[in-house]
Parts: sequence; structure tokens; C-alpha cells
Amino acid sequence: MDDDAEIIAEFLVESHENLDQLDRDLVELERQPDSRERLSSIFRTIHTIKGTSGFLAFNRLEQLTHVGETLLSRLRDGEAVMTPPIAEALLAMVDTVRALLDVIERTSSDVDPAVDVAPVVAVLEALLSDPSADSSASGGTTAGGVAEEPDVSPADSSTTPPERFPVPAAEVPVEVPVEVPVEPPVGVRMEAEAAPEPAQWDGVERRAVVDSSVRVDVDLLDDLVDLVGELVLTRNQLLQRSLTSDDFELVRASQRLDLVASELQESVMKTRMQPIGQVWSKLPRVVRDLSHQLGREVELVMDGHETELDRSLLEAVKDPLTHLVRNSLDHGIEPPEVRVAAGKPPKGTLSLRAYHESGQVVVEIADDGKGIDADRVAAVALERGVVTRDQLSRMDGREVLGLIFRPGFSTAAAVSNISGRGVGMDVVRTNIERIGGSVDVTSEVGRGTVTRVRIPLTLAIIPALVVGEGGERYAIPQANLVELVRLEGDDLRRQVEDLAGAPVLRLRGKLLPLVSLAEALGGGRPDEEALTVVVLQSDDVRFGLCISEVHDTQEIVVKPIGRQLKGLAMYAGATIMGDGRVALILDVAGIAATAGVGAVQADPADLRVTSADDRTALLVLEVADGRRAALPLAAVARLEEFDRDRIERSGMTEVVQYRDGILPLVRLATAIGLPDTSDRTGQVSVVVHEPGSVGAVGAVGIVIDQVLDVVEVAVSASQVGRRTGVTGSAVVQDRVTDLVDLDAVVARSGATA
Amino acid sequence: MSTMTSASAATAASGGTSARTAEQYCTFRVADLFFGVAVDEVQEVLRHQPMTPVPRADRAVTGLINLRGQIVTAVDLRVRLGLPDRDAGLVPMNVIVRSRGEVVSLLVDDIGDVIDTAGIDAQPAPSNMPREVQDVVRGVRPLPDAILLVLDADRAVDVTTTPDTNGGTP
Repeated sequence: MDDDAEIIAEFLVESHENLDQLDRDLVELERQPDSRERLSSIFRTIHTIKGTSGFLAFNRLEQLTHVGETLLSRLRDGEAVMTPPIAEALLAMVDTVRALLDVIERTSSDVDPAVDVAPVVAVLEALLSDPSADSSASGGTTAGGVAEEPDVSPADSSTTPPERFPVPAAEVPVEVPVEVPVEPPVGVRMEAEAAPEPAQWDGVERRAVVDSSVRVDVDLLDDLVDLVGELVLTRNQLLQRSLTSDDFELVRASQRLDLVASELQESVMKTRMQPIGQVWSKLPRVVRDLSHQLGREVELVMDGHETELDRSLLEAVKDPLTHLVRNSLDHGIEPPEVRVAAGKPPKGTLSLRAYHESGQVVVEIADDGKGIDADRVAAVALERGVVTRDQLSRMDGREVLGLIFRPGFSTAAAVSNISGRGVGMDVVRTNIERIGGSVDVTSEVGRGTVTRVRIPLTLAIIPALVVGEGGERYAIPQANLVELVRLEGDDLRRQVEDLAGAPVLRLRGKLLPLVSLAEALGGGRPDEEALTVVVLQSDDVRFGLCISEVHDTQEIVVKPIGRQLKGLAMYAGATIMGDGRVALILDVAGIAATAGVGAVQADPADLRVTSADDRTALLVLEVADGRRAALPLAAVARLEEFDRDRIERSGMTEVVQYRDGILPLVRLATAIGLPDTSDRTGQVSVVVHEPGSVGAVGAVGIVIDQVLDVVEVAVSASQVGRRTGVTGSAVVQDRVTDLVDLDAVVARSGATA
Repeated sequence: MSTMTSASAATAASGGTSARTAEQYCTFRVADLFFGVAVDEVQEVLRHQPMTPVPRADRAVTGLINLRGQIVTAVDLRVRLGLPDRDAGLVPMNVIVRSRGEVVSLLVDDIGDVIDTAGIDAQPAPSNMPREVQDVVRGVRPLPDAILLVLDADRAVDVTTTPDTNGGTP
């Protein structure tokens, strides 16, 4: 019995894969009805399912696939021609097969009366007996009088006879069917005999795939990810301890552990990566069905299907993407006659593009349809009370288009059963934002619409800023972090004002709404001498979150929180900190919504505009094992590597002989109060700083772990993290980075600069 | 909705295991009430754990605990049942139950034995019990020395939090 269960499980996995292929093949077949290759492939798939279902005694499945197979064999042998009704019937058959497989998965048998095979069988048999299909004598006998009386029992009697013989054969030990010539009910191997050449070729390719990969249970992978998450947490805990430890061996071991754990984490996350093509594979079918239903002609173009993202995310974007595609067909691409009248080709193009961009996956859904009329959107939004006239007057074009994502909005003149119930786009947006993504629309009237969905690569482990409030710690995803601002004394009084009870911060000439985290969490607004503001951005909402303490940045493992807390928009999940305690992860969009902070009027472009004049080139460095620091590039003369053996001592100072002189060295990590990890290898990396003068006189070598990058950014420095050797910190490339106080560091070298 | 799920869960439980375990209950006290949860719904029983409060959550949600890497919501049964708060000196225990695929901790006053109620028929909850208690009780089993209230774990952990309203939905 256990063996049976195992065989059934394998059968299900294999069949589901085959069915996805089948969908694609059938849609493709409609375009090139004479492709014998496709037909053979489809035939083989159905044949395999039929064979195995006979072997496993799934009689209804067998009955259904048998009729389908007969029809397919006619098509393959050129006895019948592919027509839309036939395609329709075959697709219906595939759907029913899928339904039966689901039933089998749930109940281990295919007798569930909820799935009715009789009508599909009847349709298929009617097609078989259709005289126009050039039926031969055999067709007449198979279908006989069934077309007039589509009922299960006659269909049964007409289809089972040819199968009677293999079924008992299968009960005899497995070797026997090999001798049975035509329809041995054994799985994949046999198909090679049933369909001659292409099958053999296919077999070879398949083996190659099998050899290089192993099928792994998804639950096992999820377990691995969880375990690695635990490991990362434990590592964090250990590292924290080892930093203060005198035990050199322990420090070394924990640093090695750190490296290994990071690499392990990366590899395990990779195992969960899957190409987005998996979600897309269903779309040709969706597009085909819909365009038939809506009377549209659509060419579907897909590009970048190999772009990978985390399994869990793939699952989460499936429905939103399908919905967006449906929307494009329903509201975007016009009927052929309208398109021709507008001077466009009758066939519309729907293109899907997926690619990686700055640590995110971007999926573009573009159509060349009628576009979205911003005026109309505005009118509808007003009419439905989504916005007030006043709010509308302050919106730019992009924001107006964004209204289609508001709840209760729908521009469809008539409610169709495809989309346009007014629950579509806001749900799409909510679902995508839930996984940390974003969605935006650009459109040109008459030319088409492009919807861009941005999705993070992975959800499970993210960098976050840990802050403290009310004695508890909260994690803020770094993806939302713009900068940190600390205000004290006079600055505080000058730059923070209350507007009708709403606190705002003057930040470089712009007003930024402030939200107190303590208040957002239900406490009172603390009255303090200094204010730490985390500037956060979520889509078009930007605001400052006032917090009591900044702890540090770390990689956190995102864990789901229970059903009891799902209603709380301000939490995105929870994580476990180094000390084993739970900390909540803040949902930036949720906090903005709860606190009533709306979209900022200033368009996002202004960040770039204002920054043009105060951009600085920075050399970004790694020190103290993963911490980031930055120096102004202008202060860097050269980058050098020295063998560790070349370092000598002169008094209290480390020096190297360099260009016929002596170059004093400063360990940057030590200078800015971090543990030094710069000479882990035989080489040390040194940034040579020459204060103005020519030659090596007065030059200082700053020892670092490694150079990471040179970036040109607008530095919005904050006082946070200010200490000896560090003027403050800024967010560079989405990471909090210490800004090195060069003078202070140089002073430590003892060299008089 | 919750009635349906819990009913089906109950059938699944009694169908999946032998009749014996179906009548075994893990017992505990909350104020002066004596409760039992079917043993196969209970994952484990823990001493008091460090807890992270969840601001703005329903009052019955006491916090989150780290159960070997899994984040578990702790629901205080006293609050859930509308009973007076625990005395400051009384440290609650965690009864970890499985409910609809999630693991939730019920904070109770004291843990009792696992008892077998075979032979004692379940009766409907007396109609004069407070609503909050009736809501989460599947029935009662009058034992010789106490009356066991059979807790419906699914309903007991059903605390939905809606922010900015006048309290949660009990």
C-alpha cells in the first residue's frame, strides 16, 4: 500500500509537469496546426497519463485520456485537422485531467463525483464521430451512437474494451508488459516505443537534466532555510560575544563561522530561487482563453523568463501578475476593428519582461492598447469619492494614474467577469506591497500602458536597522531607509514645528511630516531634548519616524506573525535578535497609513535635482568585518597592498617603507572604535592619503579590510554614530556607512599633517 | 466560519486517532475554572517565557515568544475570557496549542494532569455561563470532583486585532 502511495505521488508530480507543458503545446498548436512535433509531444503526454492511470486503476482518468488520445492520434496521423472546437475540447480535457489529478491527490482515488468526465468525453467523442473530421472506419466504431446519448455508461463500454487487456496484464509482475506490443500501461520508458523518433531524442535530453539535478521536496528546502536562519541568528549572538572576548582562538573560530554561515545562507537561498517562467507558463493559456472570450487578437511576447526569484515570492506574485495581464487584455488592448480604425495593426501586443535591477526583480507588463486616460481616471475618482477635488488639484499625472490602485476604483464602463469589479488593482497593490514590492503605472493615451512591478529577490533574510522604543527593539527594513537625522538643542527648535498639531521637520528646505514611533505604538509623544529621526520612504510616501534609540544594522530573518496580529498594519513580521528575544519588524507603509501620512507632494525626482550640486565622490570601504566606512575620494592618493611582513614598528607607530620614505600606518578600524580585522590574510590593504603636499612627506597609510566601491552620492550626513574618528553616518548604497573624520584619523598616526 | 472549521477539526481529530486519546485532556486552571484541551491539540507545556509585547494588539495578546526559532503569539486566557487580571505575584504558564496550522500559546494560571474522561459524557455548556466563556467551550464533562470545561482551542486563540477601533473583537 505504501508502495502504491509512492507511485501515485510520483505519478502526480510527473503528470502536473506534463500538463503545464501540454497547455503550452496546445496553445502553440493552434498557431501552427500542422506541427507534428507538437502533436507527438501532446500525444505522448496523454498516452503516458493514460498508461499509468490504467496501471493504477484510475478508471475515470483512463477513460477520459483514452478518448483524448484517440482524437490526438488521428490528428497526429493526419486523419483529422486541428480546428478551434477541437482545440477547445482538448483544453477542456486537460482541465478535467487536472481536476481529476487534484482529486487523486486528495483522496488517492479518482471516483469523486464532483469532477464530471462524461460531458468532456461526450464532446471529444462527438468530434471523433464528426464526418467532417474525415473519420475512418475505426472512428465509427469507437464513437458509434454515443454522440446522440452522451452518458457515462455507454462511453464507458465503448472505451474500456481496448483497455481490458492491459489492465490485468499490469497486475502480473512488471516485466510482462514489455512483451505486450502496442499499449503497455507502464510509464515513461514505454512512450519511446509508442512514438518513434522525436521521443528518443527527447529521452536523451531529459536524462541530461535528470543527471545534473535532483528533485527535492519543497518542505525540506523550507526547513533548510529556517535552519540557516537559526544558524545566522546564533552566529550573530556568538559574534557579539566574541567581539569582547580575549580568547583569540574563539575570535578566529567565530570569524570563520561567520564566513561559512554567510556563504551557506547564500547557497541555501539560491536553492529556493526559481525562474519566473514558472509563473509565466500559465499565461499563454490565460491570454488565449481571454482573447477568444473578449474578441481580441493578442500576441504575447515574453522576455526574461529565466529571471530567478525566491519560491515564496513567486507564489505571491502569481495572482497579481495574472490579474495585471487580464487587465491589459480587458481594458488595454482594443478589439481589432477599433485598433484598425486607430491606425494600429489589428493584433495587439502584450509583452512581459523580467529582469534584475539593483537587487530587485522588475516585471514589466506592457501593452500597446488604448492607454489610461488620466482625465478620465480623475473624473471617476472624484465621482466615486476616492479623492476630493482639492486633493486632485495638487496631484501630478503620475499620481493621478496611481489612483487606479486605490480601493473602490474601477474605470470599466461595464463590469465584466474578467476584471473591472473595482476590487482588482488595489488588491494587486496590497499583495505586492505585502511582500515588500511596489507597483507603478505609466501610460500614454492611444499608445499603451506599462505596469512595472518591483519585487525583492528574497524575503527571508533582509538587512534592517534596529531601533529602540519603550524598552523594546524594532527592526526597520533598510529598503525603506533614506537617512538618519539627529537634532539637538537649537536645531531642534528651529527645524521642527507643529502645524495644527502635526509635527513637521524642515529638511533641506522641504517639509517632512514626522511620526512619533512611541505614539504610533499607542504611547505618548516623548518630550525630549534631542530628536532622532529615521527618514523613511515607501512608494510615494516619505516621512520621518522619531525614535528614542538607534541600535545598529543587522541581517534579520523575517518570520511570520500569528493570525491574531494580522490586522495590525504597522508590523511586517517579527524576528529573533542575537539574545534570543523577539523583535517586531515595522511595516513602513503600514505605519504611514496608520498615522495618516499621505503621499508627499514633492516628486521623487527632486531628490536627484537637489543632489546634483552637492554630490560627493566617496570611497566605500569595509572595516571590522563587514562594517562600512567612507572617505572622500579627493583625499585618496593611491590604493596599495603590502605584505604583512613589510610592516615594521617605529616607536608606537606601525610603518612601511614606501617610495624611498617611511609611510606611517593607521588602522582605520581601531581609529574609529571598531575591532580590527584588517590583517586576516598575508596582505593588508592601504589607502594612501597625502594631505595636499607633493611626495610622500606627510602621507599616511590608512589600513582597511578592503575597498568596496567608489560611489558618487549626495551625502545627507547625520549625527548618528558620531564618535572619535567618525563625523556621522549616511546611507550609501542602501547601507548605513560611517563617514570617516580624516583629520582625526590622521592625527592618530602621529604624523603631522 | 470558525464554527465550521473547529467542527471539522474535531472530526478530523477523533477520526484520525483512537477514541482513547480523543477523551484524554490536558488540564489547567484559569482563575477558578478548570479547563481541558484534547491532548492531540497540545504541543507542549512551558514555564513562563520572556515575552515581547505587541503594542496596539488586542489586550488578550500578551506578547510574542521565541519557541526554538518559531515566533509564537501568547494569548492570555484570563483576558480572553473576561476574567479579572492575574495577581501580580502569579506567573502564568504556557500551554502551546496547535490551531489551524499555527502554534499559539495560551497563558494559564496553573497546569493540571492529563486526565482520561472515558465514560463521562460531554454535555453542552450551561447556558448561564458568561458569553465569553461559552464562546470558547466545546462542552463540559462533569467529573466526580470538578467540572471540566472542554476548551475549543481554535476559538480560544481567535483574537483578531483591528487597529483604531474600540477594542478588539472578542
